[in-house]
Amino acid sequence: MKRLLILSTALGALALPAVAQPQITVMGWGGAYTNSQVQAYHKPFTARTGVSVISVDADNPATPIKAQVEAGNVSVDVASVEIADAVRLCDEGLVIPIDASTLPPAPDGTPAPQDFIEGTLSDCMIPTDVFATAIAYDTTKFPNGAPATIADFFDTAKFPGKRGIKKGAKTTLEMALMADGVPASEVYALLETREGQDRAFAKLDTIKADAVFWEAGAQPPQLLADGEVVMTMAWNGRIFNAAVAEGKPFAIMWDGQVFEWEGWVIPKGAPNPEAAMEFVKFSTSTEPLSDAAEWISYGPPRKSSAPLVGTFKGDGKTEMAPHLPTSPENLTNALPSSLDFWADRDTELNERFNAWLAAN
Amino acid sequence: MAEPQTLTTPDGVPLKRALARAQARARRRAFLLVAPLLLFVIVTFLVPIGQMLHRSVYNDSFAANMPRLTAWFATTEPDTPPDDAAWEALALDLRAAAEARTVGVVGTRVNYDLPGTRSLFTATGRKARSFQAPWREALLAADADWADPMLWSTMRQAARSYSPNFFLAALDLTRDARGAIVAVPQDRQVYVALFQRTFTLAALITVLCVLLGFPVAHLLATLPLRWSNLLMILVLLPFWTSLLVRTTSWIVLLQGQGVINNSLVATGLLADDGRLSLIYNQTGTIIAMTHVLLPFTILPLYSVMRPIPPSYVRAARSLGATSWTAFRRVYLPQTLPGIGAGALLVFILAVGYYITPALVGGASGQLISNLIAFHMTDSLNWSLAAALAAILLGLVLILYWLYDRLVGIDNLKLG
Repeated sequence: MKRLLILSTALGALALPAVAQPQITVMGWGGAYTNSQVQAYHKPFTARTGVSVISVDADNPATPIKAQVEAGNVSVDVASVEIADAVRLCDEGLVIPIDASTLPPAPDGTPAPQDFIEGTLSDCMIPTDVFATAIAYDTTKFPNGAPATIADFFDTAKFPGKRGIKKGAKTTLEMALMADGVPASEVYALLETREGQDRAFAKLDTIKADAVFWEAGAQPPQLLADGEVVMTMAWNGRIFNAAVAEGKPFAIMWDGQVFEWEGWVIPKGAPNPEAAMEFVKFSTSTEPLSDAAEWISYGPPRKSSAPLVGTFKGDGKTEMAPHLPTSPENLTNALPSSLDFWADRDTELNERFNAWLAAN
Repeated sequence: MAEPQTLTTPDGVPLKRALARAQARARRRAFLLVAPLLLFVIVTFLVPIGQMLHRSVYNDSFAANMPRLTAWFATTEPDTPPDDAAWEALALDLRAAAEARTVGVVGTRVNYDLPGTRSLFTATGRKARSFQAPWREALLAADADWADPMLWSTMRQAARSYSPNFFLAALDLTRDARGAIVAVPQDRQVYVALFQRTFTLAALITVLCVLLGFPVAHLLATLPLRWSNLLMILVLLPFWTSLLVRTTSWIVLLQGQGVINNSLVATGLLADDGRLSLIYNQTGTIIAMTHVLLPFTILPLYSVMRPIPPSYVRAARSLGATSWTAFRRVYLPQTLPGIGAGALLVFILAVGYYITPALVGGASGQLISNLIAFHMTDSLNWSLAAALAAILLGLVLILYWLYDRLVGIDNLKLG
């Protein structure tokens, strides 16, 4: 009995260093996107610093971050959120400010604040990628001509079949207005008004009966693959991975898409803030950002990363550049998501969206 | 006349007192035995529920972050138009809140009662650092909406930490500029309709469960034991399987390209473009929930039917009753405790069901619990979630009371 006790104590002592080894928890969005981050950021970071990275997923990490900080029980060190959510979280003091000038400079010596694309930096978030919410469709379902404009997404007479719609107001309302003939440049001015909101919801009404609502980013490619929908709103990187890496007959319609950027925030009260900061600095330096763009078709936010982006790591031959939302030929009719608009109106418009959703 | 003799124990203590003492000791022992469970129930059940209910009428996020303006509201009468002191308090509070990064919290709180105002707080908060006296002009220059009397009335309401406003919101009501209770605009009304839908669907699912469960339970109770045990496994196996697994299996079966639709198309019963919409709507919610909850009616029914002697029905038949009359007058009344227990169990579970409608309900199959979950985890309006949950709890208690009055809660047999 005594020997057993000694043995177990010794084992416990042996096990302790393993427990005390530094580690951080990073919360992402799951699926192909998290995979790109694990490959381009997590693994190289662990190899370089010895800090292991635990990856956890959420439908939208901004939500659990908010809940965790408010409940005073934070388990996440770094989280990936959209810019409007980052500004909101920052306004409410739920994430800590990060000074962009402490980030590593570009290889040619350009300081980080000048190296990031203008307007992408904010008080609390360091961007990792530019992504687009676009309409994706199953090419096999439209033998007599594929949909080409955002208006076609709302035209169930011309293109019959179910539609996948993001369960949330952001991007959905913008797309509805653009499909209703509002030029991209006027969307937000109109959406600020009561009439504009009514018009967007009225447009959504026209396809409500054919709509399947999704919450997680991995759902749209799944819905398309199951034949549950023929066209869906989706994040372009997810569709790219399903189409190129898995050979699915999916295509993205580069018309009326809404693009924005997302990046890392550190929640207030994160268990390992120093290691978290190191992780943010490392992963948003030039090379990891361009590596990530070779795993999923989201554009790097650093100017110095763009020329380094080569071919898709999944097959080693597809050029990434034409698939990035930042590529000029994809930007003929695109809307940059308004950070100010959504930082301030996300709560109230989602409330109305929910009432709309619940109404018969 | 002799004193009435008091009975005593051998050592002279009056018997009455000795008895009381012994009983008290027994009671104490009994209490100590159940104390751990009582403590457990209090800590893990009553306290959290109490806290939730408290939260439904309590929210101090305005008072805690806007102290000066809250103090001004406390010293003035309702409907007082904002004076210089009020504008100064507002400007200074906004500046302090912006520096402490709590202006979003305040904006969110006011936005609960007056949708569309969160942006007013956050946008003004960003400019608040440069504010100078005169305060009124500075604030109105930042945004003319600050002069809105409706906003001031709402802020006055929000400054009171205790208020019934979350219950009003949970019933699709709000207050106008004068503080009178009015209905919210049509396009924001959601909760009352959802409560109705929740109770209607729960009732429908209960009826379906009883109709489907009754014959199965009867079969189980009347078959020879070795066959009924085999059948019982078929009932229990799904009962023991994870709820998520059962729900996702229904997705596989019911979806547009799923097993059911594909078989119907393959056999020519359906055209390929006429596939049934069995999922992501109310139909999906009803089918999946009925299946998930079916064992909760079968099991109590079975335990009630098993001991009913078959001779009763035979006696009724031999006295000339038709099989229908024998069933209706003799068999059915004896199974009532089982029907009551099963129906009550299914109904109460269905009213609070959350994960199955979330997965298969689409837009039209959502229940009130999905909105409670939304406010708990997404919008983080915990006070509104608490108010909705309190209303749900109240309605269920009323139904329970009605059931007790109509059927009698003693007349309930769970197994």
